[in-house]
Amino acid sequence: MRNVAIVGVGYSGFRSITPDMSYKELMYEAAAKAYEDAGVDPRRDVESFVSVAEDFNEGTSIFDEYVPDQIGAVLKPVHTISGEGIHGLIAAYMQVLTGAMDIVMVEAHSKASNILNLSDVVAYAMDPIYNRPLGANPLFIAGMEMNRYLYETGTTEEQCAQVVVKNRGNSFLNPSAAYGASLSMDAVMNSELISYPLKRLEISSHADGAIVMVLASGDVAEELADLPIWIGGVGWCNDTPSLETRDWEGAIYARKSAEMAYRMAGIRNPRMEIDLAEIDDTFAYKELQHMEALGLCREGEAGFLVEEGATELDGELPVNPSGGSLGVGHLLDASGLARVLEIVLQLRGEAGRRQLMDVETGLAFGWRSIPTTSGAAVVLSI
Amino acid sequence: MGMRKVAVVGAGMTKFMRRAQETGRELAHYASKMALDSSEMTLDDMDCVALGTAPDAFDGVHMKGEYLSDGAGAWRKPYMRSYVGGGTGVFAAIQGWYHVASGLFDTCLVVCEEKMSSCRPHPQGAFLTIFDHTTERPLKPNLVWIFALEMNRYMTVHGLEKKDIARVAVKNKRNALDHPCAQVAADITVEDVLNSEVLAWPVQRLDISPTSDGAVAVVLAAEHVAKRITDKPVWIRGVGWSLDSSYWTNRDLYYPKYVEYAARMAYDMAGIKEPRKEIHIVEPYDPFDYKELHHLEGLLLADKGQAPRLTAEGVTARDGNMPVCPSGGLLGVGNPIAAAGLMKVSEIFWQLRGEAGKRQVPGKPRTGLAQAWGDLMQVGCVVILGI
Repeated sequence: MRNVAIVGVGYSGFRSITPDMSYKELMYEAAAKAYEDAGVDPRRDVESFVSVAEDFNEGTSIFDEYVPDQIGAVLKPVHTISGEGIHGLIAAYMQVLTGAMDIVMVEAHSKASNILNLSDVVAYAMDPIYNRPLGANPLFIAGMEMNRYLYETGTTEEQCAQVVVKNRGNSFLNPSAAYGASLSMDAVMNSELISYPLKRLEISSHADGAIVMVLASGDVAEELADLPIWIGGVGWCNDTPSLETRDWEGAIYARKSAEMAYRMAGIRNPRMEIDLAEIDDTFAYKELQHMEALGLCREGEAGFLVEEGATELDGELPVNPSGGSLGVGHLLDASGLARVLEIVLQLRGEAGRRQLMDVETGLAFGWRSIPTTSGAAVVLSI
Repeated sequence: MGMRKVAVVGAGMTKFMRRAQETGRELAHYASKMALDSSEMTLDDMDCVALGTAPDAFDGVHMKGEYLSDGAGAWRKPYMRSYVGGGTGVFAAIQGWYHVASGLFDTCLVVCEEKMSSCRPHPQGAFLTIFDHTTERPLKPNLVWIFALEMNRYMTVHGLEKKDIARVAVKNKRNALDHPCAQVAADITVEDVLNSEVLAWPVQRLDISPTSDGAVAVVLAAEHVAKRITDKPVWIRGVGWSLDSSYWTNRDLYYPKYVEYAARMAYDMAGIKEPRKEIHIVEPYDPFDYKELHHLEGLLLADKGQAPRLTAEGVTARDGNMPVCPSGGLLGVGNPIAAAGLMKVSEIFWQLRGEAGKRQVPGKPRTGLAQAWGDLMQVGCVVILGI
């Protein structure tokens, strides 16, 4: 099987509002920077373009229409993946693996600040016959799942709150993050109860931005990049969309995504072999639940690890050194690519004041947020 | 080229109808089950699922792909949804192709579903939201309106009359009489088309396909698996796709350049040097009758402006030298957006295996091409199949 690497990255953002830029301009900036970073000309070198978008988030149907011009893809192969940013990355990866193309790009963005009533939009994702008539704010799904997770694993509310303290603290060191803050545990624990036991400060706030990555096959990657970041394994999985029949405890979509990615990457002991992890923390408890589902620790152990500082920047397994969605800002479906971005920067030694030492292999994991059970993982290494 | 060979080994589709009682998940399930049964495989045999479905606005469901996932068989499997507007139906097959050709999977279930009828009062209303917020929506355009612009440009540049185009509607609706899933099959005449209600000149009611509900699914398999399952695998020989600029007002609409680019990419991959000789059956996207002609030219199967003559001369009839839309196309079978494109892929599949029943084109065709079109008169997706 061909080797494929990320040879260029570019991004615009991330800020809570971007009144000075349209989504097209955010995409253009990210694309221009990524092509510069990769040393490619999209008109000449890039053979396929993958865009990640959902119509309702954009306020436009068939959003695919509005993609090509600002990424240099006019009259070239372009398609949209309505999925997580990492799904888009994997679609690009598969195209290179076929051998039909050598250089493929992927783009994802968020212009959440354009959406006047985002929670209403999320409510439209609920089953129209069985769930929407309940008229409930969809955050109840996260509250219920958090409740179940705490009950099953013995994780405490304080341990979940610690995730917020860690991640928003990490993002102080991240110049592109929107929500760096020095929070106390008390501040998080005392924040408004949104849906028991989920608290306001445990919910990541949205941000705007765009991320573009350029992938290339083996030899081409070696020519283009001083330090190609190799894709060692990918995995993705959907559990059921149904609220009534889904498994509420174990984030099975994450477990199976990781199993597939680790198998491909030849990773048998993820806890030992993964040097850093950027995993979805849309809600603080999700970071802990995902750590366990991704096999980075045993069930019920994640809470202890964050409490002990094992997942801090100077810990034995740094998790979300970027600050995650809690610290950087939730970028809608581009969030997963933001996780990948941090892995790339860390592996390249370009993470500035957040730089971790001696990192060679990283795991990125994205989740499509409520009400979905859809996630995707990628293992990267130098 | 050393690429992994991928075959279509099964296909299934629901009836296309104006309003299905079933939910979108149920439609997806029916088509998937039929496709699996046709290849005597089960859901457990499917390594992954690729879904294609067009605007979420029809269903009023955000992240529609997630909602449909289990109906499409994607429970606890790798699952992705691709979306290129009207091109989605053929693109989904391409997406399935790269899943298997990548070497990551040996089988892929490709499902396309559309339930336009959920949109009230008429799905055409949802199409308002495909236009640019600032420069276009205030004009309250709809698809009939903008395709009328394209049709008019095509006719004006080539000096065509309505009757030159109406023949396509007559051919396709008549072909569809032999399709068990057809929604609007009919025996009509050119006169009927010319006398039908004008919607937006030059588009008349009988020039266009209906809104529909329906689903189609195909099973893809890598070579070693395909050969075990069937003695008639239909190989994906070439794929191509291309997206033109959003700024359609800056483009000359008389010719679909992006269809040509997509076709060239597919011909190149398939090693086809003389498409007019080597492509035996064509299923171009025909939501309006003039589109079949427009697309035949973009596919380089007819000279610019000459596709109407081929129709008039019977070249594109089922028993002609180059049968076009033997299925009955969207004009005859129906147009549940994403499902319609995959219906065309399925038609080529059945035709090449000699399983198209009363629609079978004579002469043992060996190579066929399916093409879909969409976005703002912007995207071309092409799949070439061969035995």
